[in-house]
Amino acid sequence: MRRLTSGGVPGFVARRLLLGIVVLVMVSIVVFAATQALPGDPAQAILGRSATPASLAALRRQLHLDQPVLEQYWSWLSGLLRGNLGSSLAAQEPVTTLLGPKLVNSAVLVAVSAVVSIPLSVAIGCWAALKREKIFDSVSSILLLALAALPEFVVAVVLVILLATIVFHVLPAISTIPPGSQPWDNIPALILPCLTLVIAVAPYVARIMRASMIEVLESDYVEMARLKGLPERTVLLRHALPNALGPVFQVIALNLAYLAGGIVVVEYVFNYSGIGSALQDAVVNHDLPVVQALAMLIAAVYVVLNLLADVATIMVTPKLRTRL
Amino acid sequence: MSAVKGAGEVGGGITAPAESPVPFRNSSLIFRALRLWRTRIGAALVGALVLLAIIGPYVAPYGPSVPVGEPNSTPGGNAVLGTDYLGQDVLSRFLYGGRGILVMAVIATAIGLIVGVAIGLVAAYARNALDDVLMRGMDVIMAFPQIMLALVAVAVVGPQAWVIVVAIALTTVPRIARVARGAAQPVVERDFIACSEAMGVPRWRILFGELLPNTLGPLMVEASLRMTYSIGVIAALAFLGLAPDPNGANWGTMIQQNQIALSVQPWGAVMPIIAIALLTMGTGLIGDGIARTAAGIDRSRSAE
Repeated sequence: MRRLTSGGVPGFVARRLLLGIVVLVMVSIVVFAATQALPGDPAQAILGRSATPASLAALRRQLHLDQPVLEQYWSWLSGLLRGNLGSSLAAQEPVTTLLGPKLVNSAVLVAVSAVVSIPLSVAIGCWAALKREKIFDSVSSILLLALAALPEFVVAVVLVILLATIVFHVLPAISTIPPGSQPWDNIPALILPCLTLVIAVAPYVARIMRASMIEVLESDYVEMARLKGLPERTVLLRHALPNALGPVFQVIALNLAYLAGGIVVVEYVFNYSGIGSALQDAVVNHDLPVVQALAMLIAAVYVVLNLLADVATIMVTPKLRTRL
Repeated sequence: MSAVKGAGEVGGGITAPAESPVPFRNSSLIFRALRLWRTRIGAALVGALVLLAIIGPYVAPYGPSVPVGEPNSTPGGNAVLGTDYLGQDVLSRFLYGGRGILVMAVIATAIGLIVGVAIGLVAAYARNALDDVLMRGMDVIMAFPQIMLALVAVAVVGPQAWVIVVAIALTTVPRIARVARGAAQPVVERDFIACSEAMGVPRWRILFGELLPNTLGPLMVEASLRMTYSIGVIAALAFLGLAPDPNGANWGTMIQQNQIALSVQPWGAVMPIIAIALLTMGTGLIGDGIARTAAGIDRSRSAE
């Protein structure tokens, strides 16, 4: 699909990196334009009807609204690059201090969910491919299809009903992290948010894994390996699996990026103190510097994950690698 | 014109075999998909919930915001499913609560579909720098998770219905455009397109009269997937307290307002959860049924 020209693997990586930077710059323009260069007065919009002329003027100065748009963009972008994300309007403290601990909390949530869901879904997909059209395949196929369609907040509330309130009451329904403590201090509180994210992601990866594995199992080289008399275990693990994983990387990356958005709802349901619930807070409070910072952060994560996926796909697919 | 189309598709042959199905014909694809049980179940679920959302307000025993009893009272008496946290009738709010979500999801998906198809087809047909520019632009929009773009829009403008619809449509466009472009790229190279160009058919008629009918299969799969997500995101926004009407009867809002009282009066949250779950599962099943059918047609074509 992508036009691969000269330069080999490093050239390819460099081109993709350049493209990623271009995308990020455009994202920053969109975020900036959406939140700062709106028609009307952002200071008025932020402060609402209770604004006094003095507080309006102060906020305009704080937001650099008294400067030309291009200069505003440049000072915002250069601040961004130096790690200065401005101050939260609601909390009256630097965005970095506000979001730092929450970023760690969210990273823990996403990392645990990814570590659980990726091997699990790869295993389910492989097993379904090996037992094609058998009972495990049909049952898992329908179940994954149904789970894939559910919005995360529905999964989350259903899990609360099943495991934390009405049916069984074995897990905490909310996962508040008290100030000063770390998410891993209270493991039971992590289970439901992680389980929700696993259920949100695993179906996609499992389904693409199954499709990819079936294609590989029908290929000539797997038949060749079998005819050579290799044990089935070697055929599957050494010959089939590495080739089947190629297309899966893309889907895994897309889903990890999707997790970055999915945590908004999941953290809100479980009252988990991360960047997702911070975004919901900031949106409700019109805290635009925080919204800008989180939008840039999540977009950057997305671009980086896509880049990694492209490179990983090239690396594990000999056919693509040799064409470079 | 359709005879030329058929001939171009079957490996450059002169005429299509009589028994070969006309590929990706809108109606035939849906009828074929409906032979699968999963599509039928999905269609039944979606049909039932759409019907519920449409006629619900007419059969509701009370208005959506009328207090009928004590807050969080259990089913019985004059409230069949009990009352919610404000003492409003759960059944009535449930019957009112689907319409807003469905209308917004349908409009947003339709706008996203139309704009996305146009961009995707133009990009595929251009085969030049315009293609790159358009698709990089799509990449930029895709760099935002769907719910985040909607949240940014709501943060800036406010949770008005049109803001949510435009934001969801905007996130739908690049995903549809990618699929449309991907499906149209191989078609652009076929002989019947060159033939149409030689005959002097206007560009817009080549795009929508020749390219579009040959990309309908993948597009319908993607459209049902997008519909599933649109419903999910719109309901999720309401769940986050960002519905156009913060106290209106809306399934997402109901779940948010009543989840605290789950152990006392579960129905206020459980009913809308069941409705949203069945609705999204239904659109998901329809999409999967169409995908399987389209893949089957593909297979029979490539096996010629």
